Amino acid sequence: MLHVGLNHFLVISSLLFCLGIFGIVTRRNAVMVLMGIELILNAANINFIAFAKYGNFGLQGQMIALFVIVLAAAEAAIALAIVLNIYKIFSTVNVDEIDTLKD
Amino acid sequence: MTEVLLTQLSVAVLFLPLLGFAFSIFLGKKLKWAYLFEISTLFIAMALAGVIAFFKLGYFTGKDIVSEFEWINLGNTPLFGWIKIELGVLLDNISVIMLLVVFLISFLVHLFSIAYMKNDIRYNRYFAYLGFFTFSMTGIVITHNVLMMYIFWELVGISSYLLIGFWYEKKSASDAGKKAFIVNRIGDLGMLAGILILFATYHTFSFEKIFFAISQGHLPFNSGFWLTITGVLLFCGAIGKSAQFPLHVWLPDAMEGPTPVSALIHAATMVAAGVYFIARIFTILTGDALLVIAVIGALSAFIPATIALTQNDIKKVLAYSTISQLGYMVMALGVGAYSFAFFHLITHAFFKACLFLGSGSVIHAMHHEQDITKMGGLRKKMPITYATFLIASLAISGIPLTSGFLSKDGILAGTYAFASITGHWLFPAVGFFVAMLTAFYMFRLIILTFHGKPVDEHKYEHAHESPWVMTLPLIVLSTLSIFIFYTPNPVDANAGLFLSKWVKAPVISVPTYARYPFMVDDTQMKQPAVNAETNHREIVYSNQYTEAVHHAHYPAMFLSLLVATLGILFAFMMYQWKKINPDNVAGRLKPLYQLSYNKWYFDEIYDATFVAGTLAFSRILNWFDQYIVDGIVNGTATVTRTFSYVSGKFDTYVVDGLVNFVAYLSGLIGLFFRAFQTGRVQTYIVFVIFSLVILLFLFKSF
Repeated sequence: MLHVGLNHFLVISSLLFCLGIFGIVTRRNAVMVLMGIELILNAANINFIAFAKYGNFGLQGQMIALFVIVLAAAEAAIALAIVLNIYKIFSTVNVDEIDTLKD
Repeated sequence: MTEVLLTQLSVAVLFLPLLGFAFSIFLGKKLKWAYLFEISTLFIAMALAGVIAFFKLGYFTGKDIVSEFEWINLGNTPLFGWIKIELGVLLDNISVIMLLVVFLISFLVHLFSIAYMKNDIRYNRYFAYLGFFTFSMTGIVITHNVLMMYIFWELVGISSYLLIGFWYEKKSASDAGKKAFIVNRIGDLGMLAGILILFATYHTFSFEKIFFAISQGHLPFNSGFWLTITGVLLFCGAIGKSAQFPLHVWLPDAMEGPTPVSALIHAATMVAAGVYFIARIFTILTGDALLVIAVIGALSAFIPATIALTQNDIKKVLAYSTISQLGYMVMALGVGAYSFAFFHLITHAFFKACLFLGSGSVIHAMHHEQDITKMGGLRKKMPITYATFLIASLAISGIPLTSGFLSKDGILAGTYAFASITGHWLFPAVGFFVAMLTAFYMFRLIILTFHGKPVDEHKYEHAHESPWVMTLPLIVLSTLSIFIFYTPNPVDANAGLFLSKWVKAPVISVPTYARYPFMVDDTQMKQPAVNAETNHREIVYSNQYTEAVHHAHYPAMFLSLLVATLGILFAFMMYQWKKINPDNVAGRLKPLYQLSYNKWYFDEIYDATFVAGTLAFSRILNWFDQYIVDGIVNGTATVTRTFSYVSGKFDTYVVDGLVNFVAYLSGLIGLFFRAFQTGRVQTYIVFVIFSLVILLFLFKSF
């Protein structure tokens, strides 16, 4: 019988985290990078909840997870607004080409 | 008229020609009449010279007027002692006579040149040079010290250079100028050495003080031998200036100058300076030195006389006759006939100036034809020139009633007397022989030029008598060639004031052992004449000499008259009456004729020895310069270059390399770190993650 324990949660969340990182690092599209960030945030949420369920922390874990979801929504709104502005100025959302600060 | 005033006048006379020179040379380009200013200053100077001569000879006959001022005082120097250089003026009888003669002839030459040089492009400059020349000569005449003599001596050299090379567009003229200057310099070197010996010994340049010191027995290096050396060295200067053998070669070439210049240089000024200088220092010449002088004089009288026989250029004949006559004077000084030598200097100045100006008149009339074989018959066309030329020729040949007879006869008598005492019979022999040659070549010249039929009809037709500015000097000079100006008795020169009062041999200062024996005073006078009053004594040198001169007088006179007549007769036989064919004589005596015609090959010999030697020596020096000196310099340069090349390489590769390497290294490191600074957030994130992972592994506590 498959018993779902803390380790499964942790593995899932670390896989998600790694995928998020991978997305951030490899994607050139700013929207994709934002999606990577979302994945990382959600991986963290899973960790919070898992530790809340299996640890002796009360409801603090769930509270922070909710907080992070709200935060992620706000962040997504602001970041997408930035991306839209970037697109307006540069006609692209490719992060590699947006390097005018370099020079 | 006081002595001070006379001195001041003489200084004025000295500087007036210089003023004329300065005016004419600086303003000559702007003012056409600048030469007139020069001539008038010269005229004033001549008048003043006349005044000086009149008062000096009239009122201060026996007194030498000396005036000096301190020029340079170096104080008491170590090793040498007091050095004080004084300049000054000495007016004695010979200097004032000379002064007058110089200015008289110079003025006449100026006058002559006005017409002769007409249309010359450098008219004013020509007169400026004449003035400069006269200035230099005046300095020689009136100086009281040997240094100033030397200074003006050189000024005469440079002004003669300017005048001889006046037509410098002609190569031969500029060469002649250089030759005259360089040959003179050779003699001057000896003179300078003599002057330095005198100065080193006596610490003064003044004639008076030197003579006095020598008469007190103070000799250079305390030896009579060195006094002889000094005398001969000083004489070297005179050899150069007076064109004596062996430095006579410049004078014939100097004929390249304008003819009035020849008259000035070869009659009264430059060449006279040498004789004048010997006369000045006569009192310190030892017996041996005098003998050297006599020998040189005899050679100079003889050799050019033989050359003059065959020359065809009218001026060349006169040039060689000048050397010959100067040789007479020098020989006369050498044998002790002091006063006659000076007398001949004066008389020769007049008649030779007349001859040169006469030849100038002929050349002018013949349109610059100088070859006497192309002339002839000019007597009718140019009567005044002919008459004056004839009188001057008679004078130089030594025919009675002329001044030349008196002075030449005196010189011949002097050599005769000298020979009768010392036994040197060669001197009178040369003297008489040269007298014959002189008469011969002078009349050859006259006959070919003025007598007979014209050779070149075309030129003859165009010939004409010269204008009065040219004939007047001729008339004046030929008049001065007549005896009456010097003595009332045409056969006795001593009857006149010139020799009896004015020109007397000075008291010899040389110690008795170094003199000619006959110059030792044997009159038993206890008080040798040192003070001014008794300076001019009746007895010259000694009783023995006076007696010998007395005995020599008449034989010499008749003999000289005889040889002169013979010479003239030969000339007439050959060229006038054609009894003897000159070509036959020339063919018979071919080697002698060739020798004479080619001027004894002096120029060729000098070219082959001294000139070629100098050239060879300069080539050696050139080689030395090019290979040794330049080699050293170039070698040093090469070493330096190599060293700097190495040093440069070290700089480029080692020092710069080090610096560049450091920079390169920094760059490399920068490049390496730059790779991390991509500006991409993703890259940084990768780094962060990897670092985190590494840190985790490093600090793992599990």
